[in-house]
Amino acid sequence: MAQLASALMTMIVGILGCIVYFYGSNILLDKIFPTKTGSAQRVSRNLRIANGVRPWLFLGPAVLLLTFYLFYPVVDSIRLSFFDRTGDEFVGIANYVWLFGSDEFFESFRNNMLWLIVVPTASTFLGLVIASMTDRIWWGNIAKSLIFMPMAISFIGASVIWKFIYDFRSGGDAQIGLLNAVVVFFGGEPQNWITIPFWNNFFLMVILVWIQTGFAMVILSAALRGIPDETIEAAVLDGANGLQIFFKIMVPQIWGTIAVVWTTITILVLKVFDIVLAMTNGQWDTQVLANQMFDWMFRGGGDFGRGAVVAIVIMVLVIPIMVWNIRRANAEMEGR
Amino acid sequence: MADVKLTHVKKIYSNKVEVLKDINLDIKQGEFIVFVGPSGCGKSTLLRMISGLEEITAGTLEIDGQVVNNVPPALRGIAMVFQSYALYPHMSVYDNMAFSLQIAKQSKAEVDLQVRKAADLLQLTEYLDRLPKALSGGQRQRVAIGRAIVRRPKVFLFDEPLSNLDAALRVATRMEIASLKESMPDSTMIYVTHDQVEAMTLADRIVLLSAGNIEQVGAPLDLYEHPVNVFVAKFIGSPSMNVVPCKIEKAGEQTSVSICPSIVVNTPIMTDTGEQSKAAFFGIRPENLVVVDTAEEGFLSGEVTFVESLGEATLLYVKVPGCEEAMIAKQAGTLNIKRGDTVHLSALPEKMHLFDDKELSYLR
Amino acid sequence: MISSSKRSPLTYLVHATVLFLVIIWTIPTAGLFISSIRDKDQLSVSGWWTALSTSEQRIVARAHEPKAQVQEGDLFVIRGNLLEGSAGEITKFGSSSLKPEAFVVGTVADLKKGKTLEVMENGDYVLSSPDEWKGSRGQRIFYTAEVPPRFTLDNYREVLSTEGLGQSFLNSLTVTIPATVIPILVAAFAAYALAWMRFPGRALFVAAVVGLLVVPLQMSLIPLLKSYNVIGEFFGVGSKTYIGIWLAHTGFGLPLAIYLLRNYIAGLPAEIIESARVDGASDFDIFRKIILPLSFPALASFAIFQFLWVWNDLLIAMVFLGNNEEHLVLTGQLRELLGSRGGNWEILTASAFITIIIPLCVFFSLQRYLVRGLLTGSVK
Repeated sequence: MAQLASALMTMIVGILGCIVYFYGSNILLDKIFPTKTGSAQRVSRNLRIANGVRPWLFLGPAVLLLTFYLFYPVVDSIRLSFFDRTGDEFVGIANYVWLFGSDEFFESFRNNMLWLIVVPTASTFLGLVIASMTDRIWWGNIAKSLIFMPMAISFIGASVIWKFIYDFRSGGDAQIGLLNAVVVFFGGEPQNWITIPFWNNFFLMVILVWIQTGFAMVILSAALRGIPDETIEAAVLDGANGLQIFFKIMVPQIWGTIAVVWTTITILVLKVFDIVLAMTNGQWDTQVLANQMFDWMFRGGGDFGRGAVVAIVIMVLVIPIMVWNIRRANAEMEGR
Repeated sequence: MADVKLTHVKKIYSNKVEVLKDINLDIKQGEFIVFVGPSGCGKSTLLRMISGLEEITAGTLEIDGQVVNNVPPALRGIAMVFQSYALYPHMSVYDNMAFSLQIAKQSKAEVDLQVRKAADLLQLTEYLDRLPKALSGGQRQRVAIGRAIVRRPKVFLFDEPLSNLDAALRVATRMEIASLKESMPDSTMIYVTHDQVEAMTLADRIVLLSAGNIEQVGAPLDLYEHPVNVFVAKFIGSPSMNVVPCKIEKAGEQTSVSICPSIVVNTPIMTDTGEQSKAAFFGIRPENLVVVDTAEEGFLSGEVTFVESLGEATLLYVKVPGCEEAMIAKQAGTLNIKRGDTVHLSALPEKMHLFDDKELSYLR
Repeated sequence: MISSSKRSPLTYLVHATVLFLVIIWTIPTAGLFISSIRDKDQLSVSGWWTALSTSEQRIVARAHEPKAQVQEGDLFVIRGNLLEGSAGEITKFGSSSLKPEAFVVGTVADLKKGKTLEVMENGDYVLSSPDEWKGSRGQRIFYTAEVPPRFTLDNYREVLSTEGLGQSFLNSLTVTIPATVIPILVAAFAAYALAWMRFPGRALFVAAVVGLLVVPLQMSLIPLLKSYNVIGEFFGVGSKTYIGIWLAHTGFGLPLAIYLLRNYIAGLPAEIIESARVDGASDFDIFRKIILPLSFPALASFAIFQFLWVWNDLLIAMVFLGNNEEHLVLTGQLRELLGSRGGNWEILTASAFITIIIPLCVFFSLQRYLVRGLLTGSVK
């Protein structure tokens, strides 16, 4: 209880502090440069000054936080990748050499590639199919809700759920894992799924697809609904059947959204380490870059240099998407 | 006293587009001035510059004798009614109208007094507690006007306030605005619209803009009867004035021109003898073309290619041989003329217009 | 969408497919929940789907020890009940593992040397022998019973008290609430500045925010860890504090927050803001009185996003808050359990369910805000 009380106190102080800053700074500005009373000369001068200063009051905290938590670390990570495990001694490209020479890296890289190809594609595709189907039935919203639900579950929670499904009992005992039970029911031999090299990656990917399909589905459903009815009606009058309409009229019109969904999931795939950590911790050939980085951060007291190198590889993979996003946002801004 | 004076006002956007080129305007206190013109002419920009929402690139703006180029909107003594009403959706009608006074930190009693007075004037008293979404378009418009009244400004600015209303409501609200002006004879009102009917009916003076320039300033009838150029001539009046290229056959006190190109028209318009043989433009309004029985009585004859019966008037599209475009004649009532008939048209000489090769009227 | 008015076979196919997909999607979570309320012994031997209906189970039990025998007339009798109070109906029984279903319930089975065994449907059994029962252990009785589903909250009780999940729950709450509120405050102001205020470099900032959206957290962790160590030493508090993680989550959550809120605020009608300016309101007035009330949907959307994200986070908690018991959050706790109690499904399922129950509640009650947030900026 004491902990709860003190935490509550800190919470209130923290939040109050924020409010005090925003209110206080603006009121101070208004006091020093009054803009509501006084001669027109004075007021217009004050207004100009106030309008020049105020944006920075508003933006200040965000800029500070972003710089400290995202911008500076990115720069520093790059720097650290050239240093040794404690970050004190410059070692040049030794870490890079190690990384590109290690088997572990190639395994992670290959696995990441698999993840990057399978998960976004599967999620987007399934999301699209489910979105178009649920839009036609009266209980579509409930269905969508249920398929979307896994998004609320933490990755580690999802890992427990699926570990349970993949559970393996040897020696003729009854299977308590759903997958093996189904396999046995159909007459097959139960397997320890997550230890099968190469194929186990796919079993792990199923978890992420299970979670992300809902995300794709929600966005694509909205996109599908945004397609002007007239284009579909015109196609019907032209004699196109359902599948033709879907592939030739609907999908091309939401291509932009499909791309957004696909890239967003791709970025998430690169960042996800919880699933691999929880299910296999990289064993049985399932290692991925994010997990590897986490590993090196803490293994043997932490090797900052090596961890940083892995982080950089992840970052590099993400850059093309970043550039594409910025371009897209700029184009949007032009239109305003 | 609240005159509004613009001297050599220019507006250039950051991408070097010159939206307003050289505006000089002197608006007297108590006038109802309408800025009118086709889209893109700069009328809204001009209004926003007067309000303070846009910066003035060059030139001076004076309100009530004071230069206000750099004065913030709230201190210029203006109030603005926006096209989309711009009501605060989360505030009641009362709060919407009280907002500006509350920002200016006026006493509650004073705020209440002003809000209720305005509500009374606009018949909004029973709606004071409602949210904008519970009001009809016309009521919302009145709230927007009420918001402006409450500030007791020297100058009212209206930015196309009727565009979002349907036709019938537009007429009704137009009359409301007119009577509002009558009840506030000392307030200056500057009104922007693209609809020349609104301009003609509401304005004391019209400012007709085109592509960043003032084409003509004057009373509505003035613009109608004495347009200074072809643009004004064609903008005012519906359907537009028939303007055809012509050649000055005989310059002088009574210029005669040849149109289409072999029809000779004698006009009472005076031109310099130096204008002889020059290219020019002849103009006659559809409502001034009269159907006559024989070719001798009129000066234009042709086949009717189209008839539009409006009930109160009939529009005849007449293809006169030699003229590139059909002449439009507007006659009162319904006629017994069909497509394919031949008609003869005449016009009173004093209704004729003549514009030089630079499209400026000889009648200036 | 054109909807067909006739019930064509295609419609039925669509219904069926969707139903199939929905079932596949919900089964994993359902399985978890059902398992978590099962008795722990049952959990480890049979699949959870068996618990849904009355199942036939083969069970071995031991009768009471010979000590419990009573002499009734000529016979030495041991009485008892196999089911011991739990529900069920016995259908068959046997005395040896080779023939566990040898006898039908209600009959008397002949065991060796004149001993008999009778088992009733309700589990009552009678072992009688003309001689005294010897030995210390009771006779093994094999029986087949129809056992109805049996549920219990014991697992939850155990997990909350002994496994320390209660504490982790509070920790998660302590981390999540401020880490949701503070980013909203900071981002709302920044978003308004980027949307409606004029200042040099605005376009650059917006581009920067969009760019930062995709930066993987991993890039930031190591340098931040080092900085935190330095700062912690400076203030003498150590590097793993609550305020540290609140600020970290704020920093990491800001790009998305600013992006979402800015898009929304920029979409508010310009004329309302201009009208307020003409009325004399300063940017601060406009923000407080107009923007904030009108942005409520966007604020709510982001709040839910951030709440789910922080609550479900594992990485940042592990890095910035650490692994010791006082500070462990639910996700971290779950991970520990996976490692240390990997085989104890009753603990894992109950714990996992506790970690997901709050997000699920938040999700189902506030779903439309979450959806609306997702859609901002994504749909062209």
